[in-house]
Amino acid sequence: MKRRSRFLLFMGVFGFVFLYAPILSLVIFSFNESKLVTVWGGFSTKWYGELFRDPQILEAAWISAKIAFLSASIAVVIGTIGSFVLIRFARFRSKSLLSMMITAPLVMPEVIIGLSLLLLFVALQGLIGWPGGRGMLTIIIAHSTFGAAYAAVVIQSRLVDMDLSIEEAAQDLGAKPVRVFFDVTLPVIAPALMSAWLLAFTLSLDDLVIASFVSGPGASTLPMVIFSKVRLGVSPDVNALATIIIGLVSLGIIVAALQMSRSKRSSAN
Amino acid sequence: MSEGNATPDAEPRADPWADPHAVPFLQVRNVTKKFGAFVAVDNVSLDIYKGEIFCLLGGSGCGKSTLLRLLSGFETASSGQIIIDGQDQEGVPPFARKTNMMFQSYALFPHMSVEKNIAYGLKRDGLPKAEIAARVSDMLSLVQMDQFASRKPHQLSGGQRQRVALARSLVKKPKLLMLDEPLGALDKKLREETQFELIKIQESLGVTFVVVTHDQEEAMTLSSRIGVMTEGRIVQVGTPHEIYEYPQSRFVADFIGSVNMFEGRITEDHEDHVLIGSRDTQTDIFVPHGISGVVGQQVAVAVRPEKVQISKSQLHDMRNTFTGKIDEIAYMGNSSVFQVLLDSGKRVRVSQSNRMRSNEDTLKWGDRVHVGWHDDAGIVVSS
Repeated sequence: MKRRSRFLLFMGVFGFVFLYAPILSLVIFSFNESKLVTVWGGFSTKWYGELFRDPQILEAAWISAKIAFLSASIAVVIGTIGSFVLIRFARFRSKSLLSMMITAPLVMPEVIIGLSLLLLFVALQGLIGWPGGRGMLTIIIAHSTFGAAYAAVVIQSRLVDMDLSIEEAAQDLGAKPVRVFFDVTLPVIAPALMSAWLLAFTLSLDDLVIASFVSGPGASTLPMVIFSKVRLGVSPDVNALATIIIGLVSLGIIVAALQMSRSKRSSAN
Repeated sequence: MSEGNATPDAEPRADPWADPHAVPFLQVRNVTKKFGAFVAVDNVSLDIYKGEIFCLLGGSGCGKSTLLRLLSGFETASSGQIIIDGQDQEGVPPFARKTNMMFQSYALFPHMSVEKNIAYGLKRDGLPKAEIAARVSDMLSLVQMDQFASRKPHQLSGGQRQRVALARSLVKKPKLLMLDEPLGALDKKLREETQFELIKIQESLGVTFVVVTHDQEEAMTLSSRIGVMTEGRIVQVGTPHEIYEYPQSRFVADFIGSVNMFEGRITEDHEDHVLIGSRDTQTDIFVPHGISGVVGQQVAVAVRPEKVQISKSQLHDMRNTFTGKIDEIAYMGNSSVFQVLLDSGKRVRVSQSNRMRSNEDTLKWGDRVHVGWHDDAGIVVSS
């Protein structure tokens, strides 16, 4: 076994403390008895109880979950179609430009995405009377668009690695192209679809900025409710809520990572 | 001038390609495939008969794989005609063809067990469950994979995967099976064993095989006939023996095995022999039969290293003998290969099998030697 360098050990510890100390303190203070956020008053889970009696938060959580579920599903479908076009079609002009453009929402400032979507929705409503006011639908559309960009990146990398002769073999054995897609292609890229879905779901759950732009009355997502609560002063139940979200998000990421590594292992062999 | 670079006198044999009345099972007629300006397959015509193992042999990029993909329907020919079992394959998609293919990468479905992989083609045909199960288990025992039926492909070794791929491509009882580098991914020892198994399976099922390979040894052992390809064209078709002993061009002579090539011109042309003057040998090379050529024409004499004899003493029984000195010796165990630098400056490869464990007059570096070959060992190639 290699001798561990003290310096590297120190740097490693420092890095993780830097990243996780704030989160850890939030988790600890979510079990605080005291009403004052920064003063420890003993262990209690009363803020979790409080949380589940707050109809505003429960409703926002339900809305967020619905939005995240639907937009992640839409994003995966659009992302899959986009990836197929970019990976499978024979070279066409501006193909590389398009594949760069599909990743643009990843680096675009959220404020700009939010603003441009808002302008689009307003203009559309003026022109064709749809989407009929802003609310959950507009948030779902907005989250689907940037979720699709992330999904496309994940799915593309899997499609590139996929051995095309597997599909040809299925055709050779008598399967028509549609059959081949459902029998072979879909199962092979399923792990990537799963992790793309989880990624899009998490991103939608996290998003505050874009949702604030395109949301309307009666459609406040969880991050929006938290943000407005915090502006009125930090209350301990927000800590409890944050802890639950951290738990869920970490779970999602771990599942996605496991999925990816398992699919890599089976395709590497 | 007589009949040309003669193949051996026609002995009576049952080979279908020698029978003018036999109907080829697979006919490729003037097939050309272009990718943009690049011609991958260039006006290829080919007849393959029932029960053959036909090898398409060539280096990478010679068009052999493209030709195979044309046969299986994954590519469409730019022009020409492919007829399998009397049916024109124009416009027939891969899933509707009665042929099957074994892919170079094996292309097993990673999410299905060995059993499901093999059963896939039968399920697409909508066969009853009981029949599928019976045929799958037949196949599993044919390739000796019974005990691995429920494994996933990633739990198998390379050799086992190869067997599954073979079973999957044979289970639909295709009349024509195409194999793309079937043994390419196996190590040498396994490859040699599998070669003979492949032949055994082919004989027991009576399927016609078209094999693509770049490995000449593989082509020699497997095939009934070989088609040598280069730059999209088939340059020679023949049995392994014909291809090796009677190559019709410099390319074929050079590509299959190793060869000593003596470039020269025809100096004397008779009915029963010709002389070829070559700077490589200084004296004329004697060829004991007539060839189709004119005096002064540029030709080459190809001589296989194992047909060249080497000795410290004069070689009396040969007309084509030359002197030189040993420049290099490679000991390969079963044989030794000598590089002899002739007095003309030409290097000649000579291989000798090591019949004795030790040899009294062992040849050493720098020895002056005589090299020579019997009259009929040289083959004249003009193209």
